[in-house]
Formats: sequence, C-alpha cells, structure tokens
Amino acid sequence: MPPRFSQAELLIVTVARLLEGVEHVAVGASSPIPGSAAFLAQAWAGGETRVTVLGSRRNNDFTDGGRELFDCAAQGRIGAFFLGGGQIDGRGNVNLVGLGHYPNLDVRFPGSFGSAYLYFLVPRVILFREEHSPRVLVPQVDFISAPGTSAPGVHRPGGPHALVTGRALFSFDKTRTRFRLESVHPGETPASIRATTGFDYDDPATPATTIPPDEKTLALIRGPVRAAIAEVYPRFAARLVPPEAA
Amino acid sequence: MTGAGLQSLEALASAIPNGASVAIPPDYSFVAMAATRALIRRGARQLQLLAVPQSGIQADLLIGAGCVESIECAAVTLGELGPAPRFSAAVSSGRVAIKDSTCPAIHAALQASEKGLPFLPSRGIIGSDLLKVRTEWRVIDNPFPPHDPIVALPALKPDVALFHAPFADRRGNIWIGRRRELVTMAHAATRTFVTVEEVRDLDLMDDETLAAGALPSLYVSVIAEAKNGAWPLGLAGFYEADDAALRRYAELASSEAGFARYLGEVLGARQAAE
Repeated sequence: MPPRFSQAELLIVTVARLLEGVEHVAVGASSPIPGSAAFLAQAWAGGETRVTVLGSRRNNDFTDGGRELFDCAAQGRIGAFFLGGGQIDGRGNVNLVGLGHYPNLDVRFPGSFGSAYLYFLVPRVILFREEHSPRVLVPQVDFISAPGTSAPGVHRPGGPHALVTGRALFSFDKTRTRFRLESVHPGETPASIRATTGFDYDDPATPATTIPPDEKTLALIRGPVRAAIAEVYPRFAARLVPPEAA
Repeated sequence: MTGAGLQSLEALASAIPNGASVAIPPDYSFVAMAATRALIRRGARQLQLLAVPQSGIQADLLIGAGCVESIECAAVTLGELGPAPRFSAAVSSGRVAIKDSTCPAIHAALQASEKGLPFLPSRGIIGSDLLKVRTEWRVIDNPFPPHDPIVALPALKPDVALFHAPFADRRGNIWIGRRRELVTMAHAATRTFVTVEEVRDLDLMDDETLAAGALPSLYVSVIAEAKNGAWPLGLAGFYEADDAALRRYAELASSEAGFARYLGEVLGARQAAE
C-alpha cells in the first residue's frame, strides 16, 4: 500500500523537485511550504544546498542587514526564490498589493515585499499559491507588483520558472509568456484544472499526475525538515504531523 | 554617559514630535515596542512612518491608535498570524495614506541619504505598477553600456530612526550586532532614538569583537532604558517573542472595538513596568 501523505507534504515534495541543482535557495516572508521544500532539497543534496530563510537565526548567515538578500541576488548568488500572490495572471504577473482600484482597494494585501526586484534577478523564481481558484489565477491582475516578463533591453536575468498550486504544477514558457500544465495533483483531472483556472494556458494531450512523496521522503519531511522549519514557522510545523498520528 | 543623553521612556516619546517621519525596523529585527506604547500614551499624531522595509504589529498598533498620517512600506503583515488588520482597514479606507514600495527600494533610498547623494539607481521595478503610483521615481538611461533603463530612487531622509537594542555602553554606543539595517537607518535619519535593555558599564570600542557590532554614539540622539522593550516581539539572541500575546493582539485587532480593548488591557498593564 502506498504511504498516506498530506496536501502539505505533496506540495513540499513538488516544490523541492524544482530546486534540484540550485546552490543557494532563499526563502522570503510567509513561506512555510517553500521553506520546507528548500530544506528537503538540502537533505536530498546531502546538505550541499545552502538555504537562507528570512526571519531565521539558524538558517540565515547574512550579516549586512535587511538589504543583503537583495544585494546577494543582484550579485547572482541566489539561484531560487519564491513568490506568492493574492492574484497571479497568465502572463506571470503577480499582485501582492490588493483587489480593486488602487489606492482605495476593496481588499488590501500586505504589500509587494521584494517582488519587484527579486523577480527580475533570481533565475529560478517559483510561484507558489496553495489556493487554486479563478479568484486567484486571473486573466489579468488588478495591480502588478512584479511583472512576469520584461521588454527587451530591461536587465532581467531572472523570472518565473514554475507555478505550484494546491491542484497542479505549471512551467512557464518565457518566449510564449504563458504557463504550461505539467502535472495534475492526485484527485485532479485536466478538466478540473481548466475549470478552476481563470487564465488560459497550454496543456499537453495527457498531463502527468504529480508523483506523491515516497516513504523515505516522508520520513525526511516529518523529521529534519519539520525540525528546521519549526524555528520560523512553529504553527505550520505543529500541523505537519503524519496523518496516521493525527 | 557622554554623547547621547539617557532619558526616561516618556521623555524619549515626547521628543518625537507630531508629524515627524519615523523609520522603524521589521518585526524580525530590534523593534522598540515599549517606546511605541509610550508614543500611543502620549497621543502622538500625524506620524509619517517609514517601514525599513516592512513592519508588523508596531505599525498596526500606531495606525490603530490614530498616531499615523502616512506610511511608506514594502509590506505590513502579522506574518503567520495573518494580515495586519488596522493597517489594512486604514489604508483601504484612505484614512492613512500609503506609499507602496519594494524592500530594496527603501534600502537603496536610505543608502542614498547615508552617502549624501540625491538618489540611487536600482535594478528591477520597471513594469511594476509601483512605478505608476510612485510618481517621484524616474526611469533614466544607464549612462554606461549596455545603456539599459534603470530606476532612480530619490534619497529618503527620515526625521527620526527609532529602534530597540540589547544594550548601550557608558559612552552611549549601541550594540546592534548584525542588525545592520539599524545602522543604515541611523546614518540616514536626522536623529536616532534608541531604547535598550540595559546600559552596561563598559566601552564597546575597547573590544574589537564588540566594536564590530556597535553603532557609535555619534549617530544617536536619545537613549532610554526599557526592560523587555521589544515585547511582545522578541529580541533575537536575547529573548523570544511572546506567542500568546501576539495571538491575543491578532484576535482583538481584527475589529475596532477589539483593538480599543487591547489598548485598554495592554497600555495600562504595561505602564507600571515601562
């Protein structure tokens, strides 16, 4: 019988696979699942992957204050980073500011954080948003915190690499400036993804099913990964318990 | 103590005038929460907050208590506890003006002031709607190859930098460790106000390992002692955040009535200790 796993565990392993070969992964604000994925990728790489977590003391060797994350990215020393978004559109634009007409928004989000910079400079930016619905994945964002692509001539070594949601994994095609459905999570179908995605995207004839975590990976997530993420995200770590123990 | 003057917490809060622009650090840095409560107690008004580059409970409290006219920030959030409710409500309704920014733009604009420069250029940002709403930001041509467009960010020079630190020495030098954004804030600001857990009878400059983490008194205007001065936030390396107290805030602040209750509970109860 295949092992039982939670949604969070499936997402952690899905994101971690996207980090293969990255030397330095940085994790920003409000990112417990991406942070856990970074620690899983680190465990797979035998500890060789450097993981920097904003807000951590144990997993943050920066000594130059808040600006160092951005300077480090500008120097080309960060290979992967994560962005969320209250809205994400089909061109990879992200909105972290709010819904409605700026500045008198109907719903205010926290703000753009470092997205308007890191999205340009980090080669592998992974968009992560657990809620996969037409209100999140929209045809066009209400406010562009950070654009998915840039005009020729704009300095832009970085940009979107993939989008991971609670239902599916997409890759991003920079030349077509569109997402492509790579795999649907267990329990989803190409039709259910189409129905819950507000933007248009490319899809292969038969998209794969996202491969669930195996026993060994689950042991890593429930052991060292959970211990590492607990420092910054104690509430998340407390929920990251095996389903059979719950 | 020479250099910066040691004052009471109340005197420190009174010396920050209404209408001042006040730079504050993020929740994971060294946040002057006791001084924030003292500002609320003294009824501070029309503060122009500058979050370096983001804030949490500190900005939310000041906004909820009616102390703030505007805020420049890359984000305000209570992190794992969810959105910052008083910030969200005040900004959506237009009661508090917002200058939305992005983290490195705030750092760079403060560094411009540090260097006495009128602006610093920054990569990124082009194509973001931030450029539309921040009309003072300009896209200029990089004068050097590859002559790409680049964003010019005018210098930010806050009237006041306000933070908490583990300790000061007898000469008014402040130990800030690796929280270097506090140094940038102090360099850029006209005056810097610091609360400390304690004043220690030593000279940070006598020991190179301590001197490396010091902000010289040259940049510091006022120091006040405030034990547990970051509460309910933590002071990294010294004490942890008070999880239950932060949760209590997030619960109560979700409504205006709840927020008023929180102020009633906390301002009075903490005053004796502060």
